[in-house]
Amino acid sequence: MINKVVASPEAALADVPDGATIMIGGFGNAGMPSALIDALIAQGARDLTVVNNNAGNADAGLAALIAAKRVRKVLCSFPRQADSWHFDKLYRAGEIELELVPQGTLAERIRAAGAGIGAFFTPTAYGTKLAEGKETRRIGDRDYVLEHPIHADFALIKADRADRWGNLTYRMSARNFAPIMASAAKCSVVQVREIVELGGIDPEAVVTPGIFVKRVVKVAATLRKAA
Amino acid sequence: MKKLDRNQMAARVARDIPEGAYVNLGIGLPTLVADFLPKGREIILHSENGVLGLGPKPAPGQEDEDMTNAGKEPVTLLTGGSFFHHADSFAMIRGRHLDFAVLGAFQVSVAGDLANWHTGGADAIPAVGGAMDLAVGAKKVLVMMEHLTKQGESKIVERCTYPLTGARCVDRIYTDLAVIDVKPDGLHVVETVEGLSFEELQRLSGVPLKRLATAA
Repeated sequence: MINKVVASPEAALADVPDGATIMIGGFGNAGMPSALIDALIAQGARDLTVVNNNAGNADAGLAALIAAKRVRKVLCSFPRQADSWHFDKLYRAGEIELELVPQGTLAERIRAAGAGIGAFFTPTAYGTKLAEGKETRRIGDRDYVLEHPIHADFALIKADRADRWGNLTYRMSARNFAPIMASAAKCSVVQVREIVELGGIDPEAVVTPGIFVKRVVKVAATLRKAA
Repeated sequence: MKKLDRNQMAARVARDIPEGAYVNLGIGLPTLVADFLPKGREIILHSENGVLGLGPKPAPGQEDEDMTNAGKEPVTLLTGGSFFHHADSFAMIRGRHLDFAVLGAFQVSVAGDLANWHTGGADAIPAVGGAMDLAVGAKKVLVMMEHLTKQGESKIVERCTYPLTGARCVDRIYTDLAVIDVKPDGLHVVETVEGLSFEELQRLSGVPLKRLATAA
């Protein structure tokens, strides 16, 4: 019997090694897998490369992982925010590396990894600083930049409902990067609000099929109001 | 002359968004456009974080952490709206499905180059978000910005001195002084605010402007 349900966030992340590349879902707080990030902080892995749209907000979640100096490098599109003080401080001190990626290129590089694509040409960033040193090509009447996939060892994502096969649904704009990250990582770990029986999710409504999911953990709903 | 304030600029942009348009509004000044879209028109707002059909701000106490716009502010969803993941969201942008992107800017060049993501300052932490994708992807890129810097320098320039977001991508510029089309043969002034002559706008802008043939 397939059962991807794991007892706790701690059990789900026990084997994360130092130096791992970890995708973390979420766009700001929407879709951020806070319980999994807290468990990763407790677990102790360091020298991590983190892929997220941002570089942490305020003091919790990804910001706490960065503040704990466990992250060597961040790949993201938008690190600088009013409340990204932990990242800002380490970046200015030269203690954390940043690879800045346009948001659509970040998404497509993640998607490409999950889809087995070797590289792709995108018009985004052509002629800008973010394309410096990259191969370019004129195709038809447009110029493109060659971009490579981003693979990860683990993806930590938040979904709404799961079954024991790992089929997932999401809630509103909390979906964002989660489905593509689930496909791009060797081991995707999902925190969910509810685990239902097989068949409890309408097959037409499954957003991420279980083939992309390795581990599922139910965590108490921590839905907070947006700031 | 009567400079437009931020709300008047937003209302001016909103007037040009037609029925049925799919539109992405950038963070900051462009977000204001949503408040001025003509009530009788069905216009669908797209958000990078996977939403089509953004609605107005929720009532106090009705905010939901899972429902935000690209600026991470709480929003609502219109009836008929939809959710999708980030790669699909940027397929809509890059794949030329959006009719308009409205973006803020530090500078726009006479060739339509856009600089809006980075001042290039040594201490500045760079952040780009979806700006470069919107610049190359939307069918029409509309820029909304003050005409002059606080020091009185024109933000419409011969060549951008700030790092580029995209080359030759801007179609129209809305400022607090004028509406200007970017065309292959240069900048065409569509209209100026009350009490501002073409000659005075030309003097303030410091780059060659053309009178639109149909303008008075």
